[in-house]
Amino acid sequence: MMSPNRIGQSTILLPSRPRIAASAAIAGKKEGEGPLSSDFDAIIEDDLFGEETWEKAESRFQFAAADACIRKAGLTGKQVDIALGGDLLNQIMASAMAARELHIPFLGLYGACSTMAESLCIASMLVDGGYARNALCTVSSHYCSAERQYRFPLEYGCQRPPTAQWTVTGAGSALVSSDDTLPTLCRCTHATIGRIVDMAVKDANNMGAAMAPAAADTLARHFADTGRGYADYDLIITGDLGQVGHDVLLTLMQERGLPLDAARYMDCGLAIFDKEQDVHAGGSGCGCSAVVLNGHIMRRFRERTLHRILFMATGALLSPTSSQQGGTIPGIAHAIVLEADA
Amino acid sequence: MFDKNAKPSPARQQQLDRYSQLVDRLSPKSPMLQGLLRAFWVGGAICCLGQIFIEIGLSWLNMTSTAASTFASTMLVFLTALLTGIGVFDKIGQYAGAGAFVPISGFANAMVSPAMEFRREGMVLGLGAKLFTIAGPVLVWGTSASVVVGILYALFPW
Amino acid sequence: MNIAVNLLKAFLVGGAICTIGELLVLKTKLTPARILVGYIVAGVFLSAIGLYGPLAQFAGAGASVPLTGFGHALTTGVKRAVQEIGFMGAFTGGLTNTAAGIAAAVFFGSVTALVFKPRPKE
Repeated sequence: MMSPNRIGQSTILLPSRPRIAASAAIAGKKEGEGPLSSDFDAIIEDDLFGEETWEKAESRFQFAAADACIRKAGLTGKQVDIALGGDLLNQIMASAMAARELHIPFLGLYGACSTMAESLCIASMLVDGGYARNALCTVSSHYCSAERQYRFPLEYGCQRPPTAQWTVTGAGSALVSSDDTLPTLCRCTHATIGRIVDMAVKDANNMGAAMAPAAADTLARHFADTGRGYADYDLIITGDLGQVGHDVLLTLMQERGLPLDAARYMDCGLAIFDKEQDVHAGGSGCGCSAVVLNGHIMRRFRERTLHRILFMATGALLSPTSSQQGGTIPGIAHAIVLEADA
Repeated sequence: MFDKNAKPSPARQQQLDRYSQLVDRLSPKSPMLQGLLRAFWVGGAICCLGQIFIEIGLSWLNMTSTAASTFASTMLVFLTALLTGIGVFDKIGQYAGAGAFVPISGFANAMVSPAMEFRREGMVLGLGAKLFTIAGPVLVWGTSASVVVGILYALFPW
Repeated sequence: MNIAVNLLKAFLVGGAICTIGELLVLKTKLTPARILVGYIVAGVFLSAIGLYGPLAQFAGAGASVPLTGFGHALTTGVKRAVQEIGFMGAFTGGLTNTAAGIAAAVFFGSVTALVFKPRPKE
């Protein structure tokens, strides 16, 4: 039996076109020194955000973003039916601690750096299906908490290879809603759920290379399912492929016969930092695509300079354990179509 | 994947090899000569500093050569701990690579930095346990190798 | 004058040993932790077959400060202890001879962790 709201093999149609009513982006100090600084709601100079540990600080980033987003929509916490959240830490610690303060029914998600797109896909389905009127998506990452979990202590003197990426400190939040009285930044129309693509990359210092094949797969399937092409989108936005992943994706799409025009393509990991900021291949982390989408892209929707985009956040689903056991890195990419009202 | 003996099909293997070549081609490389030069001069300078401490011990503090050598390594460990604490050693490590981690300073930094980082997990399971997370393997394998050498030496003295 | 020669020797030999380490970093996929383990084990065995002793004699701190020197100290300690107390010296000599470095790292590491807080790189 056909599901009425599916087209093609893996794309979901959202007939009621749930709106993103508000968004908020809270960024750290280094991100605030980058080219997108004016797009953020707040720039937190203190890496600890007044807390005692990096994990609590990250949680505070996430809470601050969620809280700002709810207020920008003109709502209170009680009017939000469900909160979806995720981060990079073990047992998604930052999200759970932020949700404890929000007092909103909570679903925790883990999609590594793809979590912003994953949460938007699920939230728009919940709203479209009538299971929630207002659903809040919030994700975060923090350079210091990610370093100590995935790499080395901050004061350990090791070299970062040029392919390594810099985990973004920040949190982004978006409110997906079916409430017609709320403002509309843009609408969610299609979601393409990614599948794991693993091209046997083992180097945890080259995650762009691990994720790019998944992005190519999701992009190709999105076009096959919807019958659309690049011309239908102002921008194709990937999450945090960085310089290496960006170049690999361009090559892979060329090989698939779907050459991607670099002028219509933006990678959040490359957009968030300047070349001079010594971040090697670019930004990464859930917070990277979250602050770029909810800060920069949503501003452009508000200013009506974007009509329709494909937001595709990519995740490298590795863990320190899988790396130590010699495992290859599973990559994933989820895509959601965001469209302005005509 | 769950079949241990399964090998990727030749076509898949070819695809993986091609991808690996593509990634290799598009990934920027660390500049070789610059890395070697930095490792050489910083590593040499740290060893030179060690020699200065040895000479001080021998000439001015009237130490035996064993004591002077111990004095030198203790001083280097102390200086590394201090530089790690004030947030300078990670920059030296980023600059010099092996020039900073091969001398005893790297061993000290590998113990000081996790102790600082995991202090927040408590004095016992944080600081106490994590002190050895990076440097532990060095002690484990070094000590084990020396015991093997010692047993051989006791059995067949040379 | 003698001191200047000693310093130069320490600089050149120590620098060369570090350069080999950097070559391993750049040319292989080995992580620093593996290289360090390799260095100390190499020091233990090079010393056991009598190759590291002359280098240490020649270069002083240039050979004793790199981690291979740590391995050399383990081996010389073990050999001396075996000569002094027999078989059980195989278990006591190594750590006895390297105790100062280890104890210093443990002690200064703990004190540093109590005094300073980690900061992100700029």
